[in-house]
Amino acid sequence: MGKRQKLMKEYGIVLIFIVLVIVMTILSPNFAQPKNLINILKQTSINGILSLGMMFVIISGGFDLSVGSIVGVTGVVAAYLGMGEHPLIVGLLACIGLGALFGLTNGIGVSVGNLPPFIMTLGMMTGLRGLALVISGGQPVTGISKEYVNISSGFLFGVIPYLAVYFLIITVICAFILTKTVYGRRVYSCGGNLLAARVSGINVKAMQTSVYMIAGIMAGIAGFLLTARTTVGAPTAGDGYEMDAITACVIGGVSMNGGTGKWFGVVIGALIISVIANGLDILGVSSHYQKIIKGIIIIVAVLADVNGKTKKA
Amino acid sequence: MAEYILEMKDICKSFSGVKALDKVSLNIKPGEVHALMGENGAGKSTLMKILMGIYSLDSGMITMDGEVYKANNPKEAMNVGISMIHQELNPILDMPVYENIFVGRELRNGPLVDSGAEIREAKRLLEDLGIHVSPHTLLRDLSVAQCQLIEIIKAISINAKVIIMDEPTSAITDHEVNVLFSHIDNLRKQGVAIIYISHRMEEIFQICDRITVMRDGQYIGTDTTKNLDENKLIKMMVGREITDVFPKVEAAIGEVVFEAKNISRGKQVEDVSFSLHKGEILGIAGLVGAGRTELVEALFGMDRISGGEVFIHKRKVEIRSPRDAIKNGLALVTEDRKGSGLNLGGSVEDNITTVAIKKLLKAGLINRQNMREAADQYIEKLKIKTSSRNQAVGYLSGGNQQKVVISKWLLTDPEIIIMDEPTRGIDVGAKRDIYLLMGELVKSGKSVIVISSEIPELMGTCDRILVMAEGHITGELNREDFAQEHIMSYASAIEV
Repeated sequence: MGKRQKLMKEYGIVLIFIVLVIVMTILSPNFAQPKNLINILKQTSINGILSLGMMFVIISGGFDLSVGSIVGVTGVVAAYLGMGEHPLIVGLLACIGLGALFGLTNGIGVSVGNLPPFIMTLGMMTGLRGLALVISGGQPVTGISKEYVNISSGFLFGVIPYLAVYFLIITVICAFILTKTVYGRRVYSCGGNLLAARVSGINVKAMQTSVYMIAGIMAGIAGFLLTARTTVGAPTAGDGYEMDAITACVIGGVSMNGGTGKWFGVVIGALIISVIANGLDILGVSSHYQKIIKGIIIIVAVLADVNGKTKKA
Repeated sequence: MAEYILEMKDICKSFSGVKALDKVSLNIKPGEVHALMGENGAGKSTLMKILMGIYSLDSGMITMDGEVYKANNPKEAMNVGISMIHQELNPILDMPVYENIFVGRELRNGPLVDSGAEIREAKRLLEDLGIHVSPHTLLRDLSVAQCQLIEIIKAISINAKVIIMDEPTSAITDHEVNVLFSHIDNLRKQGVAIIYISHRMEEIFQICDRITVMRDGQYIGTDTTKNLDENKLIKMMVGREITDVFPKVEAAIGEVVFEAKNISRGKQVEDVSFSLHKGEILGIAGLVGAGRTELVEALFGMDRISGGEVFIHKRKVEIRSPRDAIKNGLALVTEDRKGSGLNLGGSVEDNITTVAIKKLLKAGLINRQNMREAADQYIEKLKIKTSSRNQAVGYLSGGNQQKVVISKWLLTDPEIIIMDEPTRGIDVGAKRDIYLLMGELVKSGKSVIVISSEIPELMGTCDRILVMAEGHITGELNREDFAQEHIMSYASAIEV
């Protein structure tokens, strides 16, 4: 593989993103308005946070369908705790704790129980959605405090939405863990060859369990933020979010076989999803067509990725 | 009938400007076993892939049965009677024998699969070859050698006139090799030509009629086996003489560093005791399935031992996981480098630094500079042929992959290195590098345990050999008593 090809493969997604933004700008003058761009950042943040969590799981060779339902459960819990009776931090910690617990369950099922990730997390996805409905009584939980709403609707320096700031901070932390710590390297090792990782002295069960915990924690944070953003704790919230998170990873070049993927690819992947949705909204394309377009993009992105990989000298 | 059934003439092939094959010729007579030899990277597999229609050729000509031949895919190759048995078999484990034989060309009865006919036909083929396996047996329940025979049946059942066998004996025992050879002999009598690729010299001289040698993508020569001997052949392959196939480095043997007492692991390993000295290379011989791999895996903590004790420097240690083993100064180069040794998609650097990553940190964080230096150091030290440290290991040749596995362990600075079939499927040059390395290790005061199915290799490199059969140690020989027939008889658990 030539140097240029390699660069293209690694940063091609950034290029595609830039082209997409340019195309959208040409098609619709409103797209490039600062206000709209900031709006896109805001729209990206919750899916972006979920995608970063998903990234750890997929790179390690797994897969997590349950994050959308974790968003649902934690969103409801956050609403109950966010009515002004408790400090906000209580709600946040509860969401993180619950997310970690659900992730731990997923992780134990996969690593100790040897369940295929698809099955384990499918079960959790279904069960936790039920749990969200039970604790909320099937009704959206309303009445959250103004202070709680503000954590999502406010702006830093009056311009940058808080949501985008949270996304940025989490991105930095995740990128750091993935690229700078031994833990991050081991996530890749497990996804590359689990048996070889084990022979190399890596505690693979602990690794597998922990990545699901990361995904769960991210989902908990996303649930907490989503309730603030929508001002209600809806038991159906987060439905299908797991698919958007997987889509962002896949568009961003994370291989479903595990072992490869870059954090900035995932961030760009999440941004691409929002840009397309936002751009098509502005252009007045119905959401029905948007789904078709999104589907095509997923397949084309992976098609390019898979066939780029098998080509060998 | 023409003299040759298959003629490949002046075949050239380049990959992105790099010549992989430069005017290579290969002529195969009907009913001969023709060895294709050369070091890894010589272009043997590229040539075979062209024959199978996996690659297209840039220039040159192939004729099959006197007619110009060009395959675009393996199926077309099979249609004209060329079939290949790959080094790494890909049997469908949960399918019975008869379904495996007819995969992709199922016998039909109208639109439906005619299982009855498949079973009858499979049974006939099995009987013809004298293989005592029921067509209903799942491949999962067969040995590697038996799976190989099923592949051969598959080739015969499409009336193959030329069968390519790529390292067919790399995973089977000596006894099974003999069975395979008698089948090859039968095929030869039926006029089937066999292109036989192997690194094992003895086999080549035992079974092959003629030998073609390639080196660096070029055709070196073809001759009858009678006219060649091992030294001549090696010279053709490497371009220079290697006088000393098993260089033995003399090292001072010191005190006992490792002791296993009454180790058991289920039924696979029973009551095994042995000790290992400082500076010693200890070989473990035995047939596949004798429990050798199971023994070292248990010692390395990959499986819990069901009984016994391990002492390192006379101190009792508990090894419950590979992590414990590594902490105690052990390293295990596993038998299956692709399956359990390497992250094939990862770079050379990634792989070399996986185990010892914690030694390369700076302020507790990943430090690319340290990792690069460590990788470069071992690439140089072990002469790993790779375009760069960033190359994915999956693209390296077998010998170089093995060197990467060894590097990743040496970087942990282990005291005891266990190598399970370290030279399987790699070429003469790389093998020699590994023997030399083993010598260097013991010279620097480390100890090596090496498992091998090639007895001459153990006899050439080891100070002492243990022989295992059916989970027990059945014999122990010191260097001055090494004799192939003794080792063989211990391995088959026959009292001499």
